[in-house]
Amino acid sequence: MSDIENLERDITSKINAAENEAALEAVRVAALGKKGVVSERMKTIGKMTPEERKEMGPALNGLKIRVTEAIEAKKAALEELALDARLASEKLDVTLPPPDLPAGKIHPVSQVFEEIAAIFSAMGFDIAEGPDIEDDFHNFTALNFPPDHPAREMHDTFFFEPKEDGSRQVLRTHTSPVQIRTMMSRKPPIRIIIPGRTFRCDSDQTHTPMFHQVEGLVIDRESHMGHLKGTLEAFAKAFFEVDNVGTRFRPHFFPFTEPSAEMDVQYERVGNEVRFGQGVDWMEILGCGMVHPSVLRNCGLDPDEYQGFAFGMGVDRLAMLKYGIPDLRDFFAADARWLEHYGFDPLDQPNLATGLSR
Amino acid sequence: MKFTLSWLKEHLETDASLDDIVETMVAVGLEVEEVENPEERLAAFTIGEVLEAEKHPDADKLKVCKVATKDGEMQIVCGAPNARKGVKIAYAPVGAYVPGIDVTLKKAKIRGVESFGMMCSAREMEMGDDHDGIIEAPAEAKIGDPVSGWLGADDPVIDFEVTPNRPDTNGVNGVARDLAAAGLGKLITPEPKAIKGEFECPQKIALDFPEDAKNACPAFAGRYIRGVKNGPSPQWLQDKLRAIGLRPINALADVTNYITYDRARPLHVYDADKLKGVISARLGAKGESFLGLDGKEYEADETMCVIADENGVLGFGGILGGEDTGCTEETVNVFVECAYFDPLRTARTGRKTGINSDARYRFERGVDPEFIRPGIEFATAVILDICGGTASDVELAGEIPNTDKSVLFPPSEVKRLTGIDAAPEDCDRILTALGFGVAKSDPWQVKVPSWRPDVEGKADLVEEIARIIGFDKLPTQTLPLHNAVEMPKLSLAQDRRNLGRRALAARGMLEAVTWSFLDENHAALFLSANQLRSQGLILANPIASDLGAMRPSILPNLISALQRNADRGRDDLALFEVAPQYSGDQPSEQMTVATGARLSNPRRHWHGAAPKTDVYAVKADALAALEAAGAPVQSLQTTDDAPSYFHPGRSGALRLGRNALAYFGEIHPRVLKSMGVGGPVHGFEVFLEMIPEGKTKPTKTKPALNASEFLPLTRDFAFVVDETIAAEALLKAVRGAEKKLITDVTLFDVYRGKGVPEGMKSLAVEVKIQPHEKTMTDEEIDAVSARIVAKVAKATGGALRS
Repeated sequence: MSDIENLERDITSKINAAENEAALEAVRVAALGKKGVVSERMKTIGKMTPEERKEMGPALNGLKIRVTEAIEAKKAALEELALDARLASEKLDVTLPPPDLPAGKIHPVSQVFEEIAAIFSAMGFDIAEGPDIEDDFHNFTALNFPPDHPAREMHDTFFFEPKEDGSRQVLRTHTSPVQIRTMMSRKPPIRIIIPGRTFRCDSDQTHTPMFHQVEGLVIDRESHMGHLKGTLEAFAKAFFEVDNVGTRFRPHFFPFTEPSAEMDVQYERVGNEVRFGQGVDWMEILGCGMVHPSVLRNCGLDPDEYQGFAFGMGVDRLAMLKYGIPDLRDFFAADARWLEHYGFDPLDQPNLATGLSR
Repeated sequence: MKFTLSWLKEHLETDASLDDIVETMVAVGLEVEEVENPEERLAAFTIGEVLEAEKHPDADKLKVCKVATKDGEMQIVCGAPNARKGVKIAYAPVGAYVPGIDVTLKKAKIRGVESFGMMCSAREMEMGDDHDGIIEAPAEAKIGDPVSGWLGADDPVIDFEVTPNRPDTNGVNGVARDLAAAGLGKLITPEPKAIKGEFECPQKIALDFPEDAKNACPAFAGRYIRGVKNGPSPQWLQDKLRAIGLRPINALADVTNYITYDRARPLHVYDADKLKGVISARLGAKGESFLGLDGKEYEADETMCVIADENGVLGFGGILGGEDTGCTEETVNVFVECAYFDPLRTARTGRKTGINSDARYRFERGVDPEFIRPGIEFATAVILDICGGTASDVELAGEIPNTDKSVLFPPSEVKRLTGIDAAPEDCDRILTALGFGVAKSDPWQVKVPSWRPDVEGKADLVEEIARIIGFDKLPTQTLPLHNAVEMPKLSLAQDRRNLGRRALAARGMLEAVTWSFLDENHAALFLSANQLRSQGLILANPIASDLGAMRPSILPNLISALQRNADRGRDDLALFEVAPQYSGDQPSEQMTVATGARLSNPRRHWHGAAPKTDVYAVKADALAALEAAGAPVQSLQTTDDAPSYFHPGRSGALRLGRNALAYFGEIHPRVLKSMGVGGPVHGFEVFLEMIPEGKTKPTKTKPALNASEFLPLTRDFAFVVDETIAAEALLKAVRGAEKKLITDVTLFDVYRGKGVPEGMKSLAVEVKIQPHEKTMTDEEIDAVSARIVAKVAKATGGALRS
């Protein structure tokens, strides 16, 4: 029995001495390989007497199991060491800047259009649209601008070259022609907003030849200026994301509404910021009024039966006021620096559940 | 329109403060734009008295003055020749801001003599142009009083916007009427008295119009005044005109300006001795011209209403008089014209000639026809008062237009349209105060005053009543909701735009918004110049010569923008725009397109630079936008027939059946060159509106997941095909070989060169095969492979690369 103990001691010391997996493997082959010392001794069991076998069998089997386990354990330990060594050699400078993806942005006009749509959708407004190139009827005549009337001059209109029949198309000067298109194609009740591009032949610090409007139109049998006021106050509060906005309605003139008004909101200028819901100054933000009986008649609606209101506002200007954007002209310059600075993350989809903006 | 507070008070008896007046004007719809209160502006300047004025020891032209002021006796060095003992002056203390020289005064030492403050000239206080000396206040002025009261500069000037519907407020009396109706005082506009003529009017008047133009000038009243003396008008009149920014000319001209602003009634005064024969209002004729009072020569035509005598055209009726028959200091006999001119013709003539006069402004908005007679009486009275002379009878040619108009008005309309509960007696009071005649029949019959051409129906009367009651009385009401939770409101097209937009931004592109118009030359690179014209896309009055055509594509705007950014050092940039483009001037010819362009110069990076943009990058952009917008991208076909503004070999179209849903590719180098743009630029156009509407499904249920429990396996194939074979055709053939088992095909290599014959290419694909019911045997796998090879051979003529 002592030679088995000696053998085990010998193998164990070789296992312990193995410095790497190759050396350990050599030890394993020498012990447990086909011709390994342990294997050779195992082969002798068959030739033993039953008594010898009874004694040596378990002893040799035990030896084999212990050697195997010792090798496994050593192997695991060596692997751990090797991994540690590898990891120690794999040190990276994690301060190196990663490759960056360019950040795309949504233009403020698109963002504000979506904000406005979110608010008015919640109040039951559909979103209607119409063409930028209009005819005189939809842009003026049907909206109660008589031909040659000075009110037309308030709109610096872009004209196209006259056609053979003398008519000429215009670039719509407001989104109001879509009121006409809607009323002529749909029965009341109507509750729509109309976003879109509008054009006036005017260019200076605060005017660009193209700008954006959102128009609103409500036609039914009972909506009056009180509803107009309630609707626009609710809009102003939601849009500027403040608890309260002071509003003021002033009589004004638009050919297509009667009575007509302009809405001012209360604000305070603090440095470059315009703050709503505080202050004592008034800023005009939109025009509105009850749809003019002539406009209703022009669309085949009886003004004694149907009534309603309309309003229109400048989207670019609302964007400027809300987000403190200083110059209107920059909106259309496609300057990457401006787009990156004032643009919105594509993940910021305006909705009322989370608040319109971050 | 400007007027002064004191001028208003000639029409309105009121104790209201300036602030109340301004606030009420805004409340009733007269939008005050500016109030200039000289009292506030001149608050720093007070009356002082020069007690001594000695010559400066070291300067001939300077004086050292002892001045009594509100701050006690001050020493002030002054250069004005009229700085003398006893004179009352305008004193500005140290610390005061002097606007005319833009200086805040400090204690100064002038040539060694200390000076505390300043004695000011009119110009230094911005009270006028006078700078010959310091301004002198009347002797009775009290030391320490504000200068404004003593120098006739205490009259606030109010400037407000006249809306086109309110021609009556082009006169101070019209403003006063609104304010009186709003309860701010009593309307006291004096009624002009008739002045009896002392002789028959020697100047005959004729209205000479064809039948269809009789309305050009339906009434023309005139009056001869003999023996006037023209010259500078009296101080009160000059002050009035100057205060509202008009330049006094001479008494006769100043009187017409005065009445224009006082009563919204333009007039004209001719030097009667310069008129020849009958004066007539008629249409002009080609070739006629005259020298206007503004010193410019004007040509008339047959659309314009002119005033003429036997010598020819004298002026444009209701717009501008002529220089040759105008009044001068030598004028002795005058002919006063008070006529009515048609608003529309006046507006057209005004636009055509570009003349912006106070007369045109009023006539094109509508003057009160009923005020023709009172107007000429008023003018006569003021002229006689200022210039003397004797007046003839009034000669009237034509007939004063009838302005009788009544509106049937149930007062309940106020509540119906505004929600304001207005008592009938309030409605009556307001309408009456505004000059309407109210007969309380059922419904009311309301007579519209002659000066309110804008009032035509019930809604107009509602506005009159509501604006005087005040819009602050409007109730606040919420629109009733039709659904407790609103249904979706965006149309499919609107939704698609938003999705496409956000998908492109998520790919790192910046959204731009650019003009709908552009340089016609640039537009012509995308739609021929002939087509631009024949499709009506050329503007007649562009804002600038390089913004003259409607864009047939958004690409040129984005390409220009890329170059502008590159010029500023940003040459690695991707822009997109989701907006309209135009193929014609009809509504159906406007289309919303998601268009993008990339100029790619990737920055160096230690980790390896990003790949340079190529055709496939913009193809991916287009596919991303299409997929986000809900297009069936798996069913799209790529064809190589993009429009000619793309590189012919490096561009394509994404089609669903025959419809192109998108174009993509490298922009044609010739296009870039014509636009002065370096390149290369890659771009895409996604026609969101061409995406077919998906079928609406009855439920939102998704199809069941088919996840096989068997391991998928992959096989690689390399096919040699002709160079002309489209990769998409090969991929389609592979996919189609075994639709159920083949779940994915990836093209991982395109190879030309050694081992592949000239004119051929090798396309290598990895095919993923997904067994469904059981693991596949080698024979089954081989059979799939054989079908793939056979299908590819049939579709493309390609064979496995040996």
